[in-house]
Formats: sequence, C-alpha cells, structure tokens
Amino acid sequence: MYPEDYRYTKEHEWVHVEGDTGTIGITDHAQHELGDIVYVDFKYGRETLKPGQRVDQGKTIGSVESVKAVSDIYSPISGDIVDLNHTLADAPEKLNEDPHGDAWLVKIRLSNPGELSNLLSAAEYQTYIGAEK
Amino acid sequence: MSIKKVRSHISPNEALLFERSSPGKKAYQLPELDVPAVDAETALGAGNVRAEIAGFPEVSEVEAIRHFTRLSTWNYAIDHGMYPLGSCTMKYNPRVNELVARTEGLAWAHPYQPESLSQGVMQVMAHLESALLEITGMDAVTLQPAAGAQGELTGILLIRALLEQQGNPRKKILIPDSAHGTNPATAAIAGYVVENIRSDEHGLLDLGALEKSVTEEVAGLMVTNPNTLGVFESRIMEAAEVLHRKGALLYMDGANMNALVGIARPGDFGVDVMHLNLHKTFSTPHGGGGPGGGPVAVKKHLEPFLPVPRLKRAGDHLSFDYDRPLSIGKVKAFYGNFGVLVRALAYILAHGGNGLRAATMDAVLNANYIRKKLEPFFDLPYALPNMHEVVFSDERQARLGVRTGDIAKRLIDYGFHPYTVSFPLIVHGAMMIEPTETEGKLELDLFIDAMISIAKEIETEPETVKSAPHLTRTSRVDEVKAARKPVLKWTPGSR
Amino acid sequence: MRYLPKSDSERREMLKACGVESPEELFAHLPEAVRLKQPLELPPGISEYEIVDYFRRRGDENANGYASFLGAGVYAHYRPVLVDTVVSRGEFLTSYTPYQAEISQGTLTTIFEFQTMICQLTGMDLANASMYDGSTAVAEAALMAARLTSKGGLLVARTVHPEYQEVLHTYAKNQGMPITEFDYDAETGAADLDDMERKLNDLTAAVIVQSPNFFGVVEDVKRAAEIAHKRGALLVMGFSEAVSLGILEPPPADIVAGELQSFAISPSYGGPFAGIIATREKFARQMPGRLVGETTDTHGHRAFCLTLATREQHIRREKATSNICTNQALIALMATVYMSVYGKEGLRELAEHNLAKAHYLAGKLKARFSGPFFNEFVVSTGERSPDEINKALLDKKIIGGLPLGRFYPELADAMLLCATEMSRRAEMDRLAEAWNVH
Repeated sequence: MYPEDYRYTKEHEWVHVEGDTGTIGITDHAQHELGDIVYVDFKYGRETLKPGQRVDQGKTIGSVESVKAVSDIYSPISGDIVDLNHTLADAPEKLNEDPHGDAWLVKIRLSNPGELSNLLSAAEYQTYIGAEK
Repeated sequence: MSIKKVRSHISPNEALLFERSSPGKKAYQLPELDVPAVDAETALGAGNVRAEIAGFPEVSEVEAIRHFTRLSTWNYAIDHGMYPLGSCTMKYNPRVNELVARTEGLAWAHPYQPESLSQGVMQVMAHLESALLEITGMDAVTLQPAAGAQGELTGILLIRALLEQQGNPRKKILIPDSAHGTNPATAAIAGYVVENIRSDEHGLLDLGALEKSVTEEVAGLMVTNPNTLGVFESRIMEAAEVLHRKGALLYMDGANMNALVGIARPGDFGVDVMHLNLHKTFSTPHGGGGPGGGPVAVKKHLEPFLPVPRLKRAGDHLSFDYDRPLSIGKVKAFYGNFGVLVRALAYILAHGGNGLRAATMDAVLNANYIRKKLEPFFDLPYALPNMHEVVFSDERQARLGVRTGDIAKRLIDYGFHPYTVSFPLIVHGAMMIEPTETEGKLELDLFIDAMISIAKEIETEPETVKSAPHLTRTSRVDEVKAARKPVLKWTPGSR
Repeated sequence: MRYLPKSDSERREMLKACGVESPEELFAHLPEAVRLKQPLELPPGISEYEIVDYFRRRGDENANGYASFLGAGVYAHYRPVLVDTVVSRGEFLTSYTPYQAEISQGTLTTIFEFQTMICQLTGMDLANASMYDGSTAVAEAALMAARLTSKGGLLVARTVHPEYQEVLHTYAKNQGMPITEFDYDAETGAADLDDMERKLNDLTAAVIVQSPNFFGVVEDVKRAAEIAHKRGALLVMGFSEAVSLGILEPPPADIVAGELQSFAISPSYGGPFAGIIATREKFARQMPGRLVGETTDTHGHRAFCLTLATREQHIRREKATSNICTNQALIALMATVYMSVYGKEGLRELAEHNLAKAHYLAGKLKARFSGPFFNEFVVSTGERSPDEINKALLDKKIIGGLPLGRFYPELADAMLLCATEMSRRAEMDRLAEAWNVH
C-alpha cells in the first residue's frame, strides 16, 4: 500500500525522489479521511503556485477540498517548483483513486536533500497512522 | 402507465419557472400611465437601454401560485414538527408576529422620513432596547447588526476601538476549540489573529490554559455560554477576571441565550460585550435561511464606540444622535432589520418577564428529558449537567460502521429534521440536540422513540440506516457532483 | 404561557423521568454568584389582541396618509399580493437553512431560480443566494476584489450611496485597505472618470461605482471598466434601485453588488432587505455567501443542494471568504415571486412607468444635473433651504425629497426626489404647485 521508496510526513504527504527531483502527493490515508475530493488549489501565501516558485519545507503549498472539509498541503521538502499536475482540475477524483501515482500534486527540484532524513519511512508512517486511530 | 401530471409533494417532474415559461404569458397588469410616456433611448441614452431580459420567465398567475405552492410542500418546517438542531433554537414562530410586522405604518416607514413622523417606529426600537438590556444585564445596546455573524463582527470591532483608544489594539483573539465557525471567521475579518484554546477533559474552558495564553497581545476571548456542549461555563467569572487583569475583554456569543433568559444575565457574570440572535432566542422566523437580527449589548465602557446613530430620548420625543465621534461607524445601512425587531418585541410582549423565565425552564427540562431517555443508547462524551441542549457521540454506533450523518438521515424517515451533525468538533461524531421549549411531551416522545428505533436498526440492519433517507421526495443527493462540476443557474437546453 | 405546549401533569412526569422534584433543581449546578435573585423587571405577558393593538398604535404614530417622494436607496413599489401568499406558507416561513437537501428542495429550488434570474438581470455568470443588503454586498464585493487581485486599494465614486460608503469604510478599515474617493461632474451629476483615472494606480484592487448613482444618474460603467482594467483593477458595480435593471443594459462589470428592496420588500424603516453579489465564472471560488447548485439524487432525478460550502465559515473558519452565515432567504423569496409575477415584459413595462413618472415630475421642477436619470433626480431649492420647502410640503401632507446637505455639503441647496409607478399625477401636481408657489 505505502511504497517503500517514498518518504512520508505526519501531515500525510509523501515525496518520491528521483535524481534531484521530488514528486509530492497526499497519502491514501489522507484521501480516505477527506472523502470524495472535489477541488485542489495550488497556492503559496496569497499567490498561485507556479513553476520557478521557491518553497520551504513545512510551508503550505495549497489545499485539498472535499464536500465537507478542507485540508492544507504542506511541502515535505524545500526547493523550486518544476511542475504542477493540472489534470486534477478536471478530475479531482483521481486523488481518491490513485493518490500515490497518477494523482501526484507537484514536482520540486530539491535544494536540500538532507531534509529527507527527518521524514518518515513507509513502516514508520504506517505505525504512525495505526497509532492515530 | 406513466404519470405526467405533477402532483403535490411526491412528483419529480416539477419544471422550473424558465421551463414553463412562454412568450406572452402574464401574471401582472400595470395601471394606465397618467403621465406622458417617455422614450427610453432618449431619456437614458441609446447605448444604455437593454433590448430584453434574455431568458427571464413569463408565466401566468395560476402557474406561479401552483409552482411555489408545490415547491413549498417539499420543505420540512417547524410548522410540521420538531427541529432538534443544537444551538439553532428552532422554536415556534408566533403568527401574530407576522401580522404586526405588516402593520402599514411600520411596514411602509421610510428610514429617511422626518423624525416627527417616525415616533412610532422609534418607540418600537426604544422599547426593544430597554427589554434587551433588562434581559442581558448590560448597559447599552445597538440594534443595527443584520444577523449573529454581523453582531459578532460589531462586538469585536468595539473591542478593537476601545483598545485602540487606550493606545494598542493588540493582535490576538482567543477562541475555544468548541466554538461555532463564525467566531474565528469574524476575528479574522476584524483584523485579528486567532489562537485556539483547548477545552479541558470536561469540555469546559481550561482556566489554566487561559491564564497562560492571556498576554498583553490578547484583545479578548470569544466564549459561548452555555458552551456548544450545552454546559454552563461554571468558571466564567474567574475567566473574566483573568482577562480583565491583563486589560483584555470578554465577548460572549449569545447563541445559547435560550438557556439563560430570566435565570442568569451575562452582564452579571463579567461579560463586556455580547450579541443576541433574534432568530434563535427571540423566535423570529428562519425563513429558509434568513433574515435574522444580531443586536449587540455592551457595558458602559464600550458604549461610546457603538455604531451610529444612537437613539436618544428627550421627554416624550425620540431622535437619532449622529454626533458620536468615537463610534466604529456603520455596519449596515440605516438602523437595523426593523421588521425583525418588531417580531422580537412582539415575542417579548407576549411572554413578559414571567413567561420568558417559564420558557427557559421548559427548554432546559426538555433537553434533560431527552438526555435521560437516550443515555442508555448513545454515548455521552461529557458527564456534566447540560442545560438547553445535549451532545451525544456516535462512538458506539461507529463501531458498527454507522456514523452520526447516517443516523441523521434515517431520522428524516421518522418525520424529523436531523439534529446538528458533527459539531462541535471536539466531540467525535457529534450529535447535538436542542428541542427548545415549544415542543410538547408527545413530540419529544416521538423523537425519543425514533432515535431508539434507529439505534436498534443499526444493530440488526445497518444498511437501512447507511443508505437513508428512503421516504423522502428525493433520495440522498449527490453533493460531490455538485461540488466537482458546479451548475449554479439554469441555462436553456439544460434539461 | 400559550406557546408552551405542556400541561403541568406532563411536566411532573418529565421531571420524574429526570430524577428531580422541581425544575429549579435542573439549574442547581449554576454557581450561586451568577443566578438572578429576582424576576426580570418586565411587565407580565399580554394577550394577542393587546399585542396587535400596541403595534397598531405605534403604526399610527408615523407617516400614514402622507404622499412620499423619498428614494435614496429605499423605494416605494407596489407589492403584489402573491408575494405574501407564498412567503406566509409555513413551509417557507418556518423552515431552516437547507443543509439537509432531501427535505429542503422547496427552498433550494427557489434559490436556484433566484440565482438564475439575478444572472439574467445583471448579465453575470453566477450569483449567490443573497447577502444582508446592498450596503454589505458592496463591502463584501470590495473584499472579494482584494482577494482576487491580491491588492488592497479601493477607489470609490462619491456618487455611491453615502451609507454604503460608510459601511465599506467600516469593513475595509480593519483589513488595512485604504479608500480613495473620486468626484462627480457638477454639471452632469455623473462620476468624473477623469478624476478616477488620475487616482487609479497599480495598487488599486477595485473601482466601485453605482448605477444609477445616488443622484439617480446613469453612469458610464463601460468606460469606467475599461480604465480600471488597464491598471489591473476590477470594476465593482453597485445598484440600489433594482427596477432599473428592467430597462438598463447590464454593463461589463467584474462584480455586481446591489440591493433588491425594490422587488416586493417593504421599506420597513430600513430592513430587513436582501443584497446580491453576481460575478464572472472565474471568480466563483472567492464569492462569499451561500450558493445552490444542481445535481441528482440516487434515482437520477434532478435535485438541488448547497454547494462550494468549503468557502464558508463553518468549514474554513478563520480562512473563510466571509463570516456570513445567514442569507436573506425569505426576503430573496419575496424577490423571486415578484420577478415571476412581473416577468420579462412586466419588469420592462414597470421600469418604463417609473421613467415616465419621474421625468414628468422633473419637468415641473427642473433637474439640477444634465446626466440621464432613471426614477430619481436632484433639484436645486434656490433661495429657500430644502428644510423650508419640505416643511411647507408637510403641511400639505406631502413628504418631499431628501435634503442632500447632510451627505454632500456642496449640495446644501438641493434635494433628491424620487417618483415610482405608485406616484400619482395628482400628487406630483400638488407637490409642484406647493414648490413653485413661493
């Protein structure tokens, strides 16, 4: 369920690093808690998130909405935005269907790979959400 | 056989106004013009005149009355039965209030008509002001805010104005995690940062946490009393002292006043400023979502900042005082939702002091009766005595896969509107129930029987509850689709 | 008390079930210090007849029997009987906010129709289910423009209703949004768009105009929008006389914010009214207030529900688009019924009647401004003060116009008069006679 080669945060984001680029998304646990997802918003501060934007680890890069709830997305890593998944605008339900794959949110070029060490492994994340219940 | 004719209540083939419209149908007739007609293009300028109102409906009077009458039968209403919605105080809307609000001299009064010809309307406002002061134990009141949320904004702006005058408006407003969503939204609009205060293990304000949090950066605390669990904040006077010592103020959200009228007065337990919801405690009708009325009552030290104008009296004569240099200004044009004020005053006149107290007693009795009867079947998250409302949790039922939202939907099949679902947030799977005093024992017993029956269904046939409602005109509505692909108006060819 | 449906024996049964002897015991947990020791000092409850009589007497102490020519944001229009017939139905009057869609399809359907008709009238893509009133609608529109542009400056025409401006000031002040005014042309009575252009800068989030403006003059909103857009500002158009929408071409605004009191809402000394905000599709998510959307139920039947609720206070809390909880549902329903009664042709004809009446009166008194006007206009009072003229009119049981000096010191010698379809020729002749006699 939770890919071994991903790293996870306590706020239920994942990051998958290939080379110097990290792909970010929300976990299956998060989409399950939210329910049917209706909208994704990419924002940094008051600005719309765009390629080239420098983001810091832990800062909000947007939000995910279901009918009854909104959840902020926090970036697990620092770096520059390389790409955003615009297919989610027309098909937000992909986040419910394939949160770890097709429904990635943003790609970031890492500025500080050392940050990865303070994220959770798949095993640690699963223990964490097990304990949360 | 396929039935094409619409029938009241059940039929799904009711067309919208635009779909039953056809050119030339009329529901109006204007008198003959007794002055010369004027050419629109000449008077207004050719580019300013519209060719037509495209798509606007044309229906006959008979069709209009049938359409709206049929639509009305698809609504649940207090006139049908109880709404156990917590903190909404869905009490009976007295019909005499509707009659008096339509009194010609009151309904047709123009806000700018001369004061000498406005003594009647001003007297109504003055009378309501003095009654509300007696009920709340405060020193001054404004009737201007249009609803509870606007009342909250006014209250926080008053706090800001006082602190600004003292040299520092401060930065933060403290809000309990059990608060209604309007509270933090209001604080943000007033330019404050919100800091949450956790409740203690009893669901009450944590005095220890409060003492630590109240610094000289804190402008005030917004508290609901009784809180959103229906429990009286027994240490409210201590909380007021903690705040006042540091120069901060205590704001009370008056949504739950229905538990206090004639029993206790916020002005007596340390509140500096509060709002009232006329559409809750004072019986003005919800009308499907508004209008409301949100008067704000204050202690003397906040009086100079109240919205302008203020009513003032010289002997028998009433007038508006605009010379208020410290006022926060206006929160709404004119003087307030006067039509709503009339209804609230009529309610107060009908009850009188003795009746208001009797109503509060019955409201609290009704909620306690429900608590006693449902306790064996649903989890009570907090053990303290409740007042006019009671909050259960769906913990027990959740273990069988059924949540508060499902139970609420199944309650509809039993002929009731649901209770408040999933609020307050501090209770997992909350079920907030407030019957109000205008429910009789028969209705309460029917509600209790329904809830017990549903609790049993959850054990034997949970699917029935999870897929409810089954006996309504529409089955469960697809809210996800409505949010993913919003369709917010009718367009030609959309059916 | 007649609204408390319990007999004493029922109360006793219920108290017994609660395990107490008297109702006072249910309050025993309250701290001694907070409890009221004596009854409220309010007279005892009175009978229904006495209530009706009390308000009848208060009603008589007002302006009964006077002909009125006041407008200025609150208008005297005929209220079709059907309006009260519909809103008096208990299913509409005593129902709650339609959060439970399955048992609120009546309210939800009428709001959907309302939203549609407002779009048709204003030429916008979407409209919400109503705001408190015109003044707060304009204020919320300004805040919305700030969110959309991420800018803070507001540029407001002096010809916007002065009370709307006051409310805007109260809201904007606490958001740190500076407000700059631009003037009007003393000859035409319309907003001075050159002055607007001079004061517009790259920090302006929105330009706010009203049309017809407070003086009744129709503004050149198209040109104002062009100028605003060149500097990246949005154009907010306000209105306070909804009947004007029946005849005026909807201008190319970004946000329309206005007052629907003219649509069968009693003047009622200033409230309750209903405001609206309507806007373009791309701005939908920043729109405050409730929205009703179309969907289906599990059987595939058309149904309606509240939607995009994640903008609102009960979910977003401090990040909400507004703190508003109420919409003016019952008032909006009055407007919906009104719009159905008049319909496409009726609203147009009604507007034409208003135009004719006001222009007839203006013809007898001579309008101060040369700009095109709908059903209101400004008249100079010459050597006499507006108060003097109004006093003379009162003796003839006529309420004259609004003296403008209280809002516009440079117009202390002028008043604002309004005539609607309810103004009779004979009354207008009497006013003109009393006016011109001196």
